[in-house]
Amino acid sequence: MADSTLKAPPGPDLSEAFRSSVSRPPTAWQKGFDVVFRNLAHAFGILVVLLLAGIVLEVMRHAGAAMGTYGLRFLTTSTWDANRADFGILPEILGTLYTSILALFIGGFLGITVALVLSQGFVPRRVELVLKNVIELLAAIPSVVYGLWGIFVLVPAVRGPSGWLNEHFGFFPLFSTRLSGPGILPASLVLSIMILPTVTAISREAMAAVPKRLASAAYGLGATRWEVIFRVVLPTSVGGIFGALVLGFGRALGETMALAMLVGNANVFGLSLFSPGNTLAALLANHFPEAGKVEVGALMYAAVVLMLITLTVNALGSFMMLRATRELKGLS
Amino acid sequence: MANATMNSQVAGASSTVSFRHSFADRRTLGNSILTGLAVVLSLIAMFPLFSVLYMLLVKGAAMLSPTLFTELTPGAGMDGGGISNAIVGTLVVVLVATTLALPLGFMGAVYLAEYGGESRLATVVRFAAKVLTGLPSILAGVFAYALVVVTTGSFSALAGGAAMAILMVPTVMLTSESALRAVPAKMKMAAFGMGATRAQVVLKIVTPTAVPGILTGVMLALARAMGETAPLLFTALFSDYMFEGKISQPIASLSVLIYNFAGSPFEHQVALAWAASLVLVAIVLVLNVVAQIATRRPEEHG
Repeated sequence: MADSTLKAPPGPDLSEAFRSSVSRPPTAWQKGFDVVFRNLAHAFGILVVLLLAGIVLEVMRHAGAAMGTYGLRFLTTSTWDANRADFGILPEILGTLYTSILALFIGGFLGITVALVLSQGFVPRRVELVLKNVIELLAAIPSVVYGLWGIFVLVPAVRGPSGWLNEHFGFFPLFSTRLSGPGILPASLVLSIMILPTVTAISREAMAAVPKRLASAAYGLGATRWEVIFRVVLPTSVGGIFGALVLGFGRALGETMALAMLVGNANVFGLSLFSPGNTLAALLANHFPEAGKVEVGALMYAAVVLMLITLTVNALGSFMMLRATRELKGLS
Repeated sequence: MANATMNSQVAGASSTVSFRHSFADRRTLGNSILTGLAVVLSLIAMFPLFSVLYMLLVKGAAMLSPTLFTELTPGAGMDGGGISNAIVGTLVVVLVATTLALPLGFMGAVYLAEYGGESRLATVVRFAAKVLTGLPSILAGVFAYALVVVTTGSFSALAGGAAMAILMVPTVMLTSESALRAVPAKMKMAAFGMGATRAQVVLKIVTPTAVPGILTGVMLALARAMGETAPLLFTALFSDYMFEGKISQPIASLSVLIYNFAGSPFEHQVALAWAASLVLVAIVLVLNVVAQIATRRPEEHG
């Protein structure tokens, strides 16, 4: 096609030759469309920012009345009585933090271990990829299915051991009650399964970004595999691993369905792993569908609290990740 | 620091170098124990996935029959029935959500990849999208409730779709951005050299080339959205009837059906919850696997 331009007969009317070829300046209509398209793209970009702002403002607007009525007392009292219009979310705040911290310990520890196994040459590269996909599928199972599984598999499975622990170690605050069905422990266990893929994926990336020559140098000095891991890989990727943990924590705080089905929805907070409790997200899921006007206001207030907690934790996690990648870039 | 301690250990170990592996050496023994522990912990971590899949196959497959896909959800205590309204409902809600999320996500990605660059506005847009990825799904439901349900005065498929769209937008946008950025600059330069406008380059060169990547993002977002329950609970609600073409009315969905029936005292409803879980997980896993295959292909070609 380009040939036709070259072979165009030399003559005074060169512009005509250019016009007939494939390459030509855009027409006025095309120029106009280009301007419209550019502005449209900008508008949609800004729309995403507006969407985020809209979510925050709209929820706050609906919570406004309840915020005025209940003030900070809402955060420190623990009744939830729609009939007397008396609301407080202290047990929910504590329950959210407690289940998420437990999940962070279990899921974080397992997640980092899996990330090590999948990044430090324990298994052949092919197996590594397959296992990585298996872990990703763990994240693909909908949380409501984990809830169903929790009710019919996990709760019966932990009931035996929990009864034994309560009988023999009941003096210990963590084991001070019996598990009657749903409770903090099954909820936290499912929660740790759900944050494990997040922790694994992100911390594995951080470990893989550690320059190979650092590990090779340590091996060359005669270090064993685990000496390399503890003294070279983990210290070097610690920023990314912490970021992964914080982001996993953020996911746990906002997780809803598995908790709504497994935590017991009791408006109390106890340290015992086997006592029922509640979380902010589960409170919203359980009360919103049938709430009257006054209760909806209080629930909106609870949503604002949940939003503030999760957005803060997530922003912190993203910031840590950003700093960690920058530090690792300086190494290689 | 780490190097210094390692040096002293190596020097102190022995003067004659031996490459023999012996568990008499405390370091070798410790190394092997830790390796064994790590492998066991990894297996424990993967166990729930297999347990869930096993239960779905045992409990869910027992309910599989043609009527499951053709009949409506039965009332409390009744036998028979199926989950057809929930299957159709999930598809309708997801369709509404995709219709809302795709244009916003794609055009946002075009802005980020083609116009925004590293400008301050682009940084803010990208940050907003990242924050939205971490938004708890129930809050998307609260927002859709405030915006759509309160305004229109009724629970509806539209409200459910809107809530789901909020969860899809950041995934579609961020994956589309990287797909658009992966298009070779040479191709764009060639088009610009022919006198094409940027709009033409984006629509006729960049987008068609990036379609597989964009589709991957859409499928991952779909798979995630399809399993979501929290944003539908008080937006789409549930309906025991078949969808009749009106998205202004409450609608059934697989995920809400599972939630409602999981706590039911009637064994038949619990069994239907398992069957619905099997169908839902099957759809979600297929979407995930297809998306993974679609992303892998470009790497193989080089």
